[in-house]
Amino acid sequence: MSMTITEKILAASAGKNKVEPGDVIDAKIDCIMCHDVTTPAAISMLKAKAVDTVFDSEKIVVTPDHFQPAKDIKSAELHKRLDDWAKEKKIKNYYPIGKAGVCHALLPEQGHIRPGEVIIGGDSHTCTYGAFAAFSTGIGSTDLAAAIATGKLWFRVPASMKFVLNGKLSTGVYSKDVILEAIAKIGTDGARYKAMEFVGPALKEMSMEARMTITNMAIEAGGKNGIIGFDDITKQYLDEHLKDKKEYTVYQSDPDAKYESVLEIDCTKLEPMVAFPHLPSGGKPISDCAGLKMNQSYIGSCTNGRIEDLRIAAAIMKGRKVAIRTIVVPATPEIWKQAMDEGLFDVFYSAGCVLSAPTCGACLGGFMGILAAGEKCVSTTNRNFVGRMGSPKSEVYLASPATAAASAIEGKLADCRKYMK
Amino acid sequence: MSIAHVYKRDHINTDEIIPARYLNTDNAAELATHCMEDLDTEFVKKCKPGDCIVAGDDFGCGSSREHAVWALQGAKVGAVIAKNFARIFYRNCINCGFYPVELANATEVIKDGDEIEIDYKKGIINNKTQKKEIAFKPLPDFAIEIIDDGGLLNNIKNKK
Repeated sequence: MSMTITEKILAASAGKNKVEPGDVIDAKIDCIMCHDVTTPAAISMLKAKAVDTVFDSEKIVVTPDHFQPAKDIKSAELHKRLDDWAKEKKIKNYYPIGKAGVCHALLPEQGHIRPGEVIIGGDSHTCTYGAFAAFSTGIGSTDLAAAIATGKLWFRVPASMKFVLNGKLSTGVYSKDVILEAIAKIGTDGARYKAMEFVGPALKEMSMEARMTITNMAIEAGGKNGIIGFDDITKQYLDEHLKDKKEYTVYQSDPDAKYESVLEIDCTKLEPMVAFPHLPSGGKPISDCAGLKMNQSYIGSCTNGRIEDLRIAAAIMKGRKVAIRTIVVPATPEIWKQAMDEGLFDVFYSAGCVLSAPTCGACLGGFMGILAAGEKCVSTTNRNFVGRMGSPKSEVYLASPATAAASAIEGKLADCRKYMK
Repeated sequence: MSIAHVYKRDHINTDEIIPARYLNTDNAAELATHCMEDLDTEFVKKCKPGDCIVAGDDFGCGSSREHAVWALQGAKVGAVIAKNFARIFYRNCINCGFYPVELANATEVIKDGDEIEIDYKKGIINNKTQKKEIAFKPLPDFAIEIIDDGGLLNNIKNKK
């Protein structure tokens, strides 16, 4: 019987030969991501229920990221609870401040993500890791607690939707524009409970960084997971990043696997996109919206805070000045160091940007770039809900790093392509 | 007595149910004081223990923060009745012993201020104001068992 890659991974995790959409399975968990907002509660629950055990201290990866470095006393308390627990349980892969980074950039970079595995995390953007041909999904604190203690979790096998990325991206158009277009087409609940499988020639040419931007936003269409098959680009990234355990299993969708729907996107025709408030599905081509005045530009997050993103932004800002406050947040210490070594910091400094330590920061309205009432921010992040980056009366416009950089220079939504001739 | 607070909105997300600026605590009572704040600043004042929220499609989309469920529980909300729910929020509700009721025409058959009573196991909403019984598909047995146990961790403990 034919299966999709998602079905194959879930079947293997439950010790079954075959699963179908709708089946409820008990999956064995290969990796658990823990951060500072949802994990302290899970720890407290486990202690309160006297099931305070860890199924495998080598399969849990811990990093504070949302409010790190601690933004106030209460978040410092969260960090302390996380730190005490990680040390008490001798968590092998613990990344305290100095090594800490935005979780979904940090885990692949540090070699914790392998194809064929089942990965969960107390964060909705855990779907990012599906770029590595793994099943990966976000959960809440109680599921996190249960998985930490037992190493298992039940899942309903999702039906799969196929997204075929045809053609070739033009200059100035990036994977962020592709995913904003896909979400604009199907809506923020267009893939509710579904697996979003991405294939096609345009995808084949994307780096792992670019692919992660796509799977990262699967949740913004309501997806249970986003997933991309294994190829030479995946292999090369893994060869460079895997450390301890280098073996993994590669699953591919069968040619006659069943999909609930197939959506084709012609990437050749795509323009830079901007998602208007207050839903990620509010995508418009830049030619329809250039000129709208902004107050802030934000370049960072688990969606677009990787080195490739910073290079793209710096290439546009080089030799130019920003017209509005612009905040650049490298997602991990490694990215931070690399950006510094490559001279990108000089570019950002000279352009008039402020550089932050790795943090989720203002993406979720935590700190380091909060908006006042009436303000508008063009942002490389993933959500533009009401109040997402500050005042409930502020507005967030989602875009690629190139669009955010070009818009920073002009102080209004701008077409990045004119800076790329 | 349970009063329905109807929001004819789709995609009410977890950022609206509990804004991230309050996620520096996981204390339900504290979170409850900000419940639904970015959608309706009056909600906490008008919600009485046991009252229900009624909404459109995709309730609870966005962030996986279980704080959204804790805020609702802390504000003593009895249940959320929505046309449908986002996946992670739905799972979080069951895991916390909180009822998500899926009802296709929720915002049409229940009006703001209606007095309702819900039989979760039979799958019946008694709309006392309109003197009508509305059927919904109850949760699967294993989910009801988790809710009856007061959440997933109690359920796991009971099974040991």
